[in-house]
Amino acid sequence: MTPSNQHDEKKPFPWHLVFFLGPGLLIYVVFSVYPLLDTLVLSLYNEQQGQSNFVGLQNFITLITDDTWSQAFWNALGNNFKFFAIHMLVQNPIGLLLAVLLSTPKLRLSGTYRTLIFMPTMLSVVIIGFVWQLLLSPIWGISEDFLYNIGLGQYFDAWLGKEGSALITLAFISVWQFVGIPMMLIYATLLNIPDDIVDASVVDGANSFQTFWHIKLPLILPTIAMVSILTFVANFNAFELIYAVKGALAGPNFSTDLMGTFFYRTFFGFQLQQGSASMGAAVATLMFLIILVGVMLFLFFIQRRIQRFQF
Amino acid sequence: MLNVRSALLHKKPEAKTVTKLTCLAAILLSSTGIAQAADGLSIESWRSDDANIWSDVIIPAFNKSHPDTKVNFAPTPPTEYNSALQAKLKAGSAGDLITCRPFDTALDLYKDGYLANLNDLEGLKQFSDVAKSAWVTDDGKDQFCMPVASVLHGFVYNKEIFEELNLSIPKTRDEFFSTLETIKTESRYIPLAMGTADQWEAATMGFQNIGPNYWKGEKGRKALLTGEAKLTDKAYVDTWKELSEWKPYLGRGFEAQKYSDSQNLFTLGRAAIYPAGSWDIQTFNNQADFEFGAFPPPVAKSGDTCYISDHTDMGIGINANSTNKEAAKVFLNWMASKEFATLYANAVPGFFPLSNHQIDIKDPVAQEFMSWRQQCESTIRNSYQILSRGTPNLENQLWNVSAQVINGTMTPEAAAKETQDGLEQWYKPQQ
Repeated sequence: MTPSNQHDEKKPFPWHLVFFLGPGLLIYVVFSVYPLLDTLVLSLYNEQQGQSNFVGLQNFITLITDDTWSQAFWNALGNNFKFFAIHMLVQNPIGLLLAVLLSTPKLRLSGTYRTLIFMPTMLSVVIIGFVWQLLLSPIWGISEDFLYNIGLGQYFDAWLGKEGSALITLAFISVWQFVGIPMMLIYATLLNIPDDIVDASVVDGANSFQTFWHIKLPLILPTIAMVSILTFVANFNAFELIYAVKGALAGPNFSTDLMGTFFYRTFFGFQLQQGSASMGAAVATLMFLIILVGVMLFLFFIQRRIQRFQF
Repeated sequence: MLNVRSALLHKKPEAKTVTKLTCLAAILLSSTGIAQAADGLSIESWRSDDANIWSDVIIPAFNKSHPDTKVNFAPTPPTEYNSALQAKLKAGSAGDLITCRPFDTALDLYKDGYLANLNDLEGLKQFSDVAKSAWVTDDGKDQFCMPVASVLHGFVYNKEIFEELNLSIPKTRDEFFSTLETIKTESRYIPLAMGTADQWEAATMGFQNIGPNYWKGEKGRKALLTGEAKLTDKAYVDTWKELSEWKPYLGRGFEAQKYSDSQNLFTLGRAAIYPAGSWDIQTFNNQADFEFGAFPPPVAKSGDTCYISDHTDMGIGINANSTNKEAAKVFLNWMASKEFATLYANAVPGFFPLSNHQIDIKDPVAQEFMSWRQQCESTIRNSYQILSRGTPNLENQLWNVSAQVINGTMTPEAAAKETQDGLEQWYKPQQ
């Protein structure tokens, strides 16, 4: 494309776009697209003694049908769904509630509350894990005394160490940490709702609950949908909290094993277990597919039906 | 334009920075490696904690008898050691002497041709076969690292609590359990400081600690390797049975008790007995303000031969591509000497030299641990050699089932069956 040619066409080639998008695109391709594709390719190989052979889908078949692998895989996947369910049922409703409370015009010190509730989100997961372990510790923790003081002492247990309660406890810790994110997003949307719509509903005789249910909730549904997607993606990539509190073996009896920790053990190995890059890539690919399918289902069945409102 | 782009590049977060740092680190590491290789000997190690001991004590002692050889101790942090070493070996910039992890990690380096064969090394004669077993090929023919140090298992106890309750050191299992019972009923102390939250304590300080007495040390370990013994045999089931009997003597909420919690419970004087690894001695010396002692895992009835876990943890080998192999051999032979053994054992109490020399250790508890080698038969952890190569991984399984047996969520028989099934899935001699 010579300069003289450019002159003849309606629009010159938009070099400035290349200039502005290029660096970002390059970095995105090199550090995100390429590794992802490479992972997909790696999962089709089998590495042994430094030699890699193409084995097609064998790694995936092993992962899903071979008892040694599939048990761990389904267990991790099941735990991950539980982890996600708890976040959806606890974190997001609480986030919504807090956002609604914060946006009440009469509330004083709302800025302080907002900062305080958002604070844990900014802390490192390792610190969160450590602090909660201490709080819940049956040896040094204060939660036992606290429960005794409100008359529930007999319900105290070593929750983080019991097979039945460890995952739920960890999920609650994670909820506590991240509840600030849905709160902030929904809060921002709530603030954007024009006052005249709300005023109109009040004039029409709606009480505050009716105003919320019929006016505000429909308007923040797109944000709630986005929060759900974010929760889904974050939960299926979750790893740090489990690793910080329970280690890569995600005990007791793998009851806190998530896809992230399962991937970690497979890819990097653990103690005497040698890591396997190709098998790890297969797990990573499955994680990617699960997230992809989840997001697509969501886009097709939910996002399309949600109407967006422009003010 | 270049300026703009590089500025943009600099602004990109994590992924980019990490890669850059890695590259930078790799360049730095390799350049220092080359610089070291040029003069004298350079030692690769993960014991960054011991860097002072090497530079202030061990290397000066070596230079007294060998003034011409310059030695440089160049440690990498433990978590990065394996990958950093691999990268340096591939790049040809690794030091002359390589500290070896036990078993497969080092064996793979030898198979890839990075470690020199040490079969004709004079110093190796100072070591027993058990000591050498961690760095020998599967057929037992080629030795590629020389043993340096091991860790022992046993029980550490609070002497003041024992005096207060008039307890004596338990020699047999019955005495052990009656001691625990006395502590439980007659005092408010926690009889046994151990938790199952981290899982490895259950396997390492529990199963591998008391187990050798059941499976008769090396004999049982070798029988597992050849397939003559199975993990469902009485010896193993009984080990787990004893572990399950520990449960009532552990602290409240032990399921959520972590390794550091156990250490703290003991050093704060709230627990009487602590299933220990000898490396704990250093921590306890620093933190406990009472006297503590140690006893080996109790045997079935008095007079029985006792077996202890004397686990080979650290070896040292020669870089196959070293330009200074003769000097490296001289250094290894010196490391096999009594002089080195004495220096090392006293500088790092809790890590015991593996050579056959009689040495004096000044730390009383370390001395006690060391003395068991005379009375008892040594063995290593049974899951470390060969048996943890396949899927499912035996060591990981041992962590899981041992913790569950102590928690009471799995029977000893089920634990035995699960691990044996796992082994049979991939290990030919067991099939």
